[in-house]
Amino acid sequence: MAAPADTSRVSDARRSARRAEKAPSGGWRTIAGKELADHLESVRFVVLLIVIGIAAIVPMYFISTDISAAAPQVAGQPALFLVLFIGGSDQVGGVPMIALAALLVPLVGIAFGFDGINSERAQGTLSRLLAQPIHRDDVINGKFVAGIAVIALMLTALVVLVTALGIVRLGIIPSAEELARVVVWLLATVLYASFWLAFALLLSVVIRGPASAALVGFGTWFGLTLFGQFLLPLVANFLFPPTTTTLGQYAFASTQSAATFLRISPAVLYDDIVRAVMNPSTTSVLGFGNIGQAISDAERVQTSLLTLDQSILLVWPQIVVLTALTTAMFALAYVLFLRQEVRA
Amino acid sequence: MARPVDSSTRVPNDPAAGDAAGADTSAEQAARPWEVAAPGSATTRDALEQPRTRRRVTVSQLLADVPDDAVIVARRLSKAYGEFAAVSNLDLTIRAGEVFGLLGPNGAGKTTTVLMILGLTEPTRGVVRVLGLDPTREPLRVKRKVGYLPDNVGFYGGMTGRENLRYTAKLNGLARTAAEARIDELLAEVRLTDAADRKAETYSRGMRQRLGIADALVKNPSVLILDEPTIAIDPAGVEELLALLRRLVTERNLTVLLSSHILGQVQSLCDRVGFFSAGRLIAAGPLDELARGTDRTIQLEVGVEGPPAAIDPVAAALPGVRSVEPSPDNDRYRIVTATEDVAGPLVTALAAAGVPLVHLRRRGADLLDLYRRFVPEASDGRAR
Repeated sequence: MAAPADTSRVSDARRSARRAEKAPSGGWRTIAGKELADHLESVRFVVLLIVIGIAAIVPMYFISTDISAAAPQVAGQPALFLVLFIGGSDQVGGVPMIALAALLVPLVGIAFGFDGINSERAQGTLSRLLAQPIHRDDVINGKFVAGIAVIALMLTALVVLVTALGIVRLGIIPSAEELARVVVWLLATVLYASFWLAFALLLSVVIRGPASAALVGFGTWFGLTLFGQFLLPLVANFLFPPTTTTLGQYAFASTQSAATFLRISPAVLYDDIVRAVMNPSTTSVLGFGNIGQAISDAERVQTSLLTLDQSILLVWPQIVVLTALTTAMFALAYVLFLRQEVRA
Repeated sequence: MARPVDSSTRVPNDPAAGDAAGADTSAEQAARPWEVAAPGSATTRDALEQPRTRRRVTVSQLLADVPDDAVIVARRLSKAYGEFAAVSNLDLTIRAGEVFGLLGPNGAGKTTTVLMILGLTEPTRGVVRVLGLDPTREPLRVKRKVGYLPDNVGFYGGMTGRENLRYTAKLNGLARTAAEARIDELLAEVRLTDAADRKAETYSRGMRQRLGIADALVKNPSVLILDEPTIAIDPAGVEELLALLRRLVTERNLTVLLSSHILGQVQSLCDRVGFFSAGRLIAAGPLDELARGTDRTIQLEVGVEGPPAAIDPVAAALPGVRSVEPSPDNDRYRIVTATEDVAGPLVTALAAAGVPLVHLRRRGADLLDLYRRFVPEASDGRAR
């Protein structure tokens, strides 16, 4: 421990020089840049942009017509601008834009990830790529970052478009709070898409053929969307079988266990976040499965609107869990990729 | 999850300083760092299967006999996938400026060896050093100096040949202007300048292979590893590729490791060859030395017009000839075994005896013969 100060400085310098020699390129940045360029030039980007664009603009168009028609009644209603996003016009079956977004966002996530690793393998570029002086995880990190970037870009562009169209059609300027809510919603949506992107990357590591990975990915999305709400309670009841005998108790226990299970479903978590963030009058997100909460909600007279920070506070657990799920999903893909043989 | 190289920051850059192959940082490993054992389940399995008396050797002992100019060194290198031993106890030394050919049938462990040298696969046991570096612990430093043309090389089809090379240059951290000049030069060298701005998906197999060589050279490596460089190319393409490689090797003074299961190619390129079979290196050395074999005799395959029996008295009369036997491959030929090269005297003697010579070939000098001798599976006709 008697090393003079300048010796340690020399070894410090040497260490940093060695570190610089080891990782000069920041390989993941190069890979992310190339992947992003690939995504932006790809056909799937254009197709998804059109699909999501229609899903965003059509409901917005009709609801803004409805709002304009009902202008005298709704004048002065708080958070009117957000109705553009959460209001569903009868002409499109009452489906609001945020519901369509919730439906289609997983599709976007899967579309930009399902062929991440396996296509490199199929093309014969993976071994060439890994023979360059980059870390192996740079490949999967770069691809994940590029996927998030392209999704964020796409969604931001569409949200800006919808917001601008809304301003033009309604002729009202959104308040700062309303805009902030839209931004938070956008961030949450990118997070939700990232979960599916990580899932798709996991599939691309595990499943050899890009086509099979796409099928499994889209199949999972489709299946969960269609049957998820029926399937998950079933699974929950199977895992936590209700033991009570009276009918009332049975129903209660059953919905409780289903709720426990649903609370870690990314779709439900995202739905909760969106409901709280986009609707300031939402004061509770524990509605599903919790009978007591549902009754008290129904009885309560809505008197107050939450501020944005209160809304976020309300769904903070959901945000944390969704982030954790995304991280865990990516970590799984990451570990499996690092442990995989180059020539599989 | 820590990156593998990070662990090396703790250990000084000294190959003999007790860095066991397959660097692991587990407590057990740290307590006995001198053991040449790899981490994880493989070690446990080995310990169970192998007798406890297996000799433990230190890394420095293994590397004691390594010459100063050795570029690629492998000692007792082994790789097992579960029960299957892809490579076992490989000892290999490749010196600077040497072209080494790794020969063997498909599945003999050639690619696995190459991947271990590059640090793309961890050895189960044993030591590898490339330019004095351990590829498992310092993969980036190794990969910066080693150009690699993988077996079945592929490119991004949507990008042009030039863009593909540019991407590689970027991954190697080359400055843009320097990279452009280098890419132009390499494209000219592999004669792809005209096709450089076409999408890589339109390239023929031979063009892709040539682009692969340019790609491996972008980083200006001192070592070049080529895995089956001529596979699935038509004969004219092979000839062109070999000529290119020959030129590159002499111009750039590269150390080359070349794997192949096609014999003719290796013959024309390599200073030394090694024969691989079922994960083992059966023989290695300069071609002519291997051709001599252990008994240091030379075999000539002789064919004449008319019945081959006419050869027998003429050949047997020459000094140094040990035996004259019918050829096992072709009953029109005779095999003349001699202690020295009797080709010249034999031709003269046959001419003097009035027997017209139609075929004369030195057996053993051809890799096919070597292949048959060293690789048992080859004799059943699987090898070309």
